[in-house]
Amino acid sequence: MKDIGIVSYGAHIPRFRIKTEDIAKAWGKDPKTIENGLGIIEKTVPSIDQDVATISVEAARAALARCNIDPKDIGAIYVGSESHPYAVKPTGTIVGEAIGATPILKVADYEFACKAGTAAMQTCVAMVKADMIKYGMAIGADTSQAAPGDALEYAASAGGAAFIIGKENVIASINETCSYTTDTPDFWRREGSKYPAHGGRFTGEPAYFKHIINNAKNLMKLVDTKPEDYNYAIFHQPNGKFPLKVSKMLGFTYEQIKQGLLCPYVGNTYSGATMIGLASVLDIAKPGDRIFLTSYGSGAGSDAFDITVTNEIKKLRKEKAPLMSDMIKNKEYIDYATYAKFRDLLLLE
Amino acid sequence: MRDVAVIGIGLTKFGELWDKSFRQLITEAGAKAILDSGISGEEIDAMYIGSMSSGRFVGQEHIGALVAEASGFSHLHIPSTRVEGACASGGLAVRQGYLSIASGMNDIVVVGGIEKMNDVSGTAATGTLATAADQEWESFFGVTFPGLYAMIARRHMHEYGTTKEQLAQVAVKNHKNGALNPNAQYRREITLEQAINATMVAEPLGLLDCSPVTDGAASIVLCAAEKAKKYTDKPIKIIGSGQGSDTLALHSRRDICTLDATVHAAKMAYKQANVTPKDIDLAEVHDCFTIAEICAIEDLGFVKKGEGGKAIENNITTLDGQIPINTSGGLKTKGHPVGATGVAQIVEIVEQLRGEADKRQVKDAKIGLAHNVGGSGATAVIHILEAM
Repeated sequence: MKDIGIVSYGAHIPRFRIKTEDIAKAWGKDPKTIENGLGIIEKTVPSIDQDVATISVEAARAALARCNIDPKDIGAIYVGSESHPYAVKPTGTIVGEAIGATPILKVADYEFACKAGTAAMQTCVAMVKADMIKYGMAIGADTSQAAPGDALEYAASAGGAAFIIGKENVIASINETCSYTTDTPDFWRREGSKYPAHGGRFTGEPAYFKHIINNAKNLMKLVDTKPEDYNYAIFHQPNGKFPLKVSKMLGFTYEQIKQGLLCPYVGNTYSGATMIGLASVLDIAKPGDRIFLTSYGSGAGSDAFDITVTNEIKKLRKEKAPLMSDMIKNKEYIDYATYAKFRDLLLLE
Repeated sequence: MRDVAVIGIGLTKFGELWDKSFRQLITEAGAKAILDSGISGEEIDAMYIGSMSSGRFVGQEHIGALVAEASGFSHLHIPSTRVEGACASGGLAVRQGYLSIASGMNDIVVVGGIEKMNDVSGTAATGTLATAADQEWESFFGVTFPGLYAMIARRHMHEYGTTKEQLAQVAVKNHKNGALNPNAQYRREITLEQAINATMVAEPLGLLDCSPVTDGAASIVLCAAEKAKKYTDKPIKIIGSGQGSDTLALHSRRDICTLDATVHAAKMAYKQANVTPKDIDLAEVHDCFTIAEICAIEDLGFVKKGEGGKAIENNITTLDGQIPINTSGGLKTKGHPVGATGVAQIVEIVEQLRGEADKRQVKDAKIGLAHNVGGSGATAVIHILEAM
């Protein structure tokens, strides 16, 4: 699979932020305890007119702006999200139309909690490998929901990234990818429910940790590597604490994970989480750098990727779209009342 | 009345046991106890299973027969009965087993205790536990157990000058013991500062003053003492058994700092065993909250009323102290799967009296006491055991 990989990428996060402190205050909780417990300082909030379609289009446009690909050469678009604007009607068609990739185009929307975006990447890799398409676009984006007052409310945020997968001008080779999947009901949202439900502490050890650790170990066995062989590692980040713990358990250092660890400043962007982490790493990566990525999706599964950055990355016109660090700095704080309005938490007559 | 001995013990690991079902847990504990005793299934005359709320925790009632079936005994049609008395369910099951042998009705009885509490959310677990309080006069107004025990703690502080530091010391001591217990939920020590500064739950009780939500099961095999030597070289005799009850609602009590049910049960058990508190070498007491351990050592007569806090401060209850309390780590550290707790306490005392408690071993332990409480003190059950 050496010659298949990422050709370009783009990301997008909303400009609005709410501080963990302000959410905690609204519910009479001690802000410091929550901040320390979750490792999240603030999170992004989508504006009233932002959804997974607009975030996906922004990210897709950013990816196209950085390379010389004719949108008509993109043969497939897969959008992974658990907050698609429509229950029935694809987000991918909106993206395809907006970037001019229609109509000779394969499209589907994916859902696998927080790992639908990496699942879309795997599909694109396979289709490029099978010569079914020249380029494929994999998107992971969410405007994730959280019930007011629920622990999820401190984390659930919005953002996403798009990756163009192909064989030509590959900036980062995807050497190998593997998955680990079981039926583990740690987090779910039933049809018609506005907010997801979760199994509390069950979302930790038997869910997040079990799947990531097993899958990460399987990948390193497949490609015969050790944690120290990687320059960067990105783990799914539902909060700021889990990725720190899981990386330590696997033998990765903080130095390896810090560039891809965005959750403390943007919250959990669900399907976007590991994807924007990868975008942040690619923003600074140099040829030869090796990247380890492991996503996690409740329900439950994990996708792992072994990636090597190539010389082509020097030719990518990164300046044509904002870097992750720029977008993290570009922010405007809102209070809980505005947040409640933006997130449709208020009951209006 | 015949003498009764414990001839087998079994315990599962305590903790968040996501991979083990209700059936697996109780079967594991039961199988361990039966193997330890060397009895065969055909020899079992009866089974008693303590569980507080299997219906709300895992949606399963009718667990007497279920446990017999899961143990592979359904074809033997052994009488199997569930016993419930909130968090004292396990201790009550032990007492029912004990009484049935003492009366001459049975020779060999298997007692089990179980609770699988982590399959529901923390809120649901707290709500389920609160059904042990008075629904009309307590729960209806929103109080749950941390709040009730916090009121006991407040009053104890007011009456006797007990301090938050003394409460914290109970947790520190129990974590030290639990760190030595391979089956404990929390096998780590904590500092006094951590205990004092832990997240507040119900003033003055912080997170580290509270026992956790736990999955786990425990089992013992009881046998008529005269036949015990046939099965084991180290039978441990139950020399006293006592039980008491009180008002469900805390506010109706004569004195909220004294659990009169404990005082009554202790009087019964001491009298039957013909011992005094001074004769007890170690005790497992019901420390669902740190204040509960302080009240317990007073109500059991190890120290005078009001001197429990001071006693903790003076280290008389540590592993090498004058009266080691909760050598297993107690409910606080070993974990508190409510229906299993009373049985697990007996398991610890038996291990100690057999001299098999490894790093937790109390030197020259001859007589041990187990104290199990339901609710805020509406039920108390006490057993005193002695090596034969």
